[in-house]
Amino acid sequence: MNPTAQALLHFLQTWWVELVCAVVIVAIVPLIAGYVVLVERKLMADMQARLGPMRVGPHGLLQPIADAVKLLIKEDLVPRDADGLIFWFAPVITMVAALTAMGALYFGPAFRVAQDINIGILFVIGVSSLGFLGIILGGWASNSHYSIIGAIRSTAQLVSYEAAGGIAIVSALLLAGTLRIPDIVAAQFDSHVWFIFLAPVGFFIFMVASIAETNRAPFDLPEAESELVAGYMTEYSGFRWSLYFLGEYANMIVVASVATTLFLGGWLRPFPNIHWLRWLDLLPALFLGFVGVYCIYRAGKQPVKIQTGFMWAVALACFGLAAVFIAPWIIAPLRFALPGLNGAFWFLFKVSAYIYVFMWLRFTLPRYRFDQLMHLGWYILIPLAIINVFSVGLALLLESEFGLNRWFTMIVTTAFTLAISLFLVRMHDKRTAAASSAAAVPSDSYAG
Amino acid sequence: MLDSIIFYFFAGVAVLSAALMVTRRNAIHSAVFLITTLLATAGIFLQLRAEFLFITQIILYVGGIMVLFIFVIMLVRLDAPIHQLRFRMQRLVAILVAAALGMEVTVILLLAHKLPGGGLLIQGSAPADRLPPNSEELAKSLFSNYLLPFEIASILLLVAMVGAVVMAKNRRRTDEP
Repeated sequence: MNPTAQALLHFLQTWWVELVCAVVIVAIVPLIAGYVVLVERKLMADMQARLGPMRVGPHGLLQPIADAVKLLIKEDLVPRDADGLIFWFAPVITMVAALTAMGALYFGPAFRVAQDINIGILFVIGVSSLGFLGIILGGWASNSHYSIIGAIRSTAQLVSYEAAGGIAIVSALLLAGTLRIPDIVAAQFDSHVWFIFLAPVGFFIFMVASIAETNRAPFDLPEAESELVAGYMTEYSGFRWSLYFLGEYANMIVVASVATTLFLGGWLRPFPNIHWLRWLDLLPALFLGFVGVYCIYRAGKQPVKIQTGFMWAVALACFGLAAVFIAPWIIAPLRFALPGLNGAFWFLFKVSAYIYVFMWLRFTLPRYRFDQLMHLGWYILIPLAIINVFSVGLALLLESEFGLNRWFTMIVTTAFTLAISLFLVRMHDKRTAAASSAAAVPSDSYAG
Repeated sequence: MLDSIIFYFFAGVAVLSAALMVTRRNAIHSAVFLITTLLATAGIFLQLRAEFLFITQIILYVGGIMVLFIFVIMLVRLDAPIHQLRFRMQRLVAILVAAALGMEVTVILLLAHKLPGGGLLIQGSAPADRLPPNSEELAKSLFSNYLLPFEIASILLLVAMVGAVVMAKNRRRTDEP
C-alpha cells in the first residue's frame, strides 16, 4: 500500500466518528430548518386565529418537503448587472458559516463533531458571525437599491449588536471560568444552578442581541418586507434564496445553542444535583409517548383516510423514539448510552424552547425604526452589558475574597445593574424628548 | 505529512489571494480577497495550535474590521477622488520594499536548507492534548508579566476611541449651525 493511501486510511480511522456526525448535521439541518418554518407558520396562524398550512399532509406536516421541492425546481435568476461570482458565492458563505459553527457545538455530552476545542464557545460565536459577510456581499452584488440598503442596514446592525452580545457572554464566561463547552456545562452542574439565575441581565442582553444578529423581527430591518421588498434577498430566487433561508435558520439554531450552553444549563436536566428527582430522567420517554398517544387520538379525527394513516405513522415514530429512550433502563448493557440520549433530549428541548420564544416575539412586537434600533444598541445595551460584566466580576470578587454568600452578592449586584439600566432608560427618554422638541434637526439614522 | 499539506494549502491561498487583493480594480473584490488572506492566515495559526490567536483573528479582523471596511466601501464612492489622493512616490517605494522582501525571503530559504527535511516539510507538531490550554496561558502571561504593556495598549485604544467620538461630534456641530 502506498503511503498516501495509508495516511488516508489512518486519517479515516482516527476521525470517522467526527465525519459521520458532521455528515448527519449537514444532512439534517435543512430538514429541521424546514420544520422550524412549519412550526413558525402554524404558530403565526394560531396567533392570528387562522389554520395555517393544512393541505400538504395532515395539518401541513409535509409542507416543508413540498416547499423544498418547489425551491429546487424554481428558475434561478441572475440579474444582468449583478456581480456574477460574488452573487453566486454569497449565499454559500452564509450557509457554510452557520454549519461550520455547528461543528463545534455539543448537542448533548455524546453527540458532537469537533472533539474538545479549547476555545469552543468563542469558535461558535466567531465563525457564525462570518455569515454576515454573505448577507453584505450578496446585497452588494445584486446591484439593486433595495438590496444594498438591506445590506448596509445589516452591517450597521451587526456591528452594534455583536458588541453587546459579545460583552454579555463574558458574564457567563466569568462564572464558568473557561471557554470549553463541556467545562461550561460542568461548571453549571457544580454551582447547582443555571447561569441564567446568576446573571439574568447578561442572558437578557444576549437574547436581544441574538435576535438582532439573526435578523429576526422585531429587528428584521435588513429584509423588512414592507419597506425594502426583501432587503438583501430581493434579487435572489430559487435555490440560492433557499440557501440564505437555511443559513438564517441554522444561525438561529446556533445562537439558541450558545444561549442554552451558557445560560440554560446545556444538556443538564432541571435540578441535576438533586437525587430524589432522578425520575426526571424518564421524562424524555414519557414526553415522546404522550406525543404518540395524542397523535393516535387525533388520527381518528382526520377527514381523509390517508391522513389517518400518516398520523398513525407519526405516532409509531414517536413510540419508536420513546422505546430508544427507555431501552437503556431495561437492558443493562445499553446503560452507557443513557447520559448521551437524555443529554441530547434536554439540549434540543431547551434549544426549541428558545427558538419558540423568538417566534412569540416575532408575532407580538412590531418592527423597530432604524434610529430606535441604533439607540437601543448603543445607548442602552452596550453600556448595560459593560456594567453587567463589572457587576458579575464584583460579585465573584466579594464571594472569593470576603466569603460572602454567592446568592447574596449576585442579587445585590444584579439590583445595582438594574438600577443603572433604569437610569440609562430615563436618560434616553430625556434625550429623545429633547430631540423631538427640536424636530427641525435633520435625522441621520446611521450617526448612531 | 498532513501538517505539511495543511500548511502549504493555507500558505498558498494566503499568498495567492494577497496578490489578487492588490491587483483587483474593484474595491469590494479587493476586500473579499483580503478576507480570504486573513482566513488563510488564521488557518495557519490553528495549524500551529495557537487556537486563541486563530479565533481572535477571525472575530476581530474578519468579523469586525473587514465588516467595517466593506461598510465604508459601500457608503463612499471610491472611484471618483482616488486619482487626486494617489501617493506620488509609490513606484519607487514599492520597488524598494519588494527588493528588501525578496532578499529576506531568499536568505530565509537559503538558511532553511540546513534544517531537517530541507526546511520544506513541517515536522510533526506536538499533539494538542499535550500542550497547556492556550487561552489560559495567554491570559496568565498577559495579566502578570505583561500587565503594564497591556494596560498601556488599552489606554491607547481608549484614547483613539474617545478621539474618534470627539471628531465625529465636532463635524456634526459645524454641519448644523
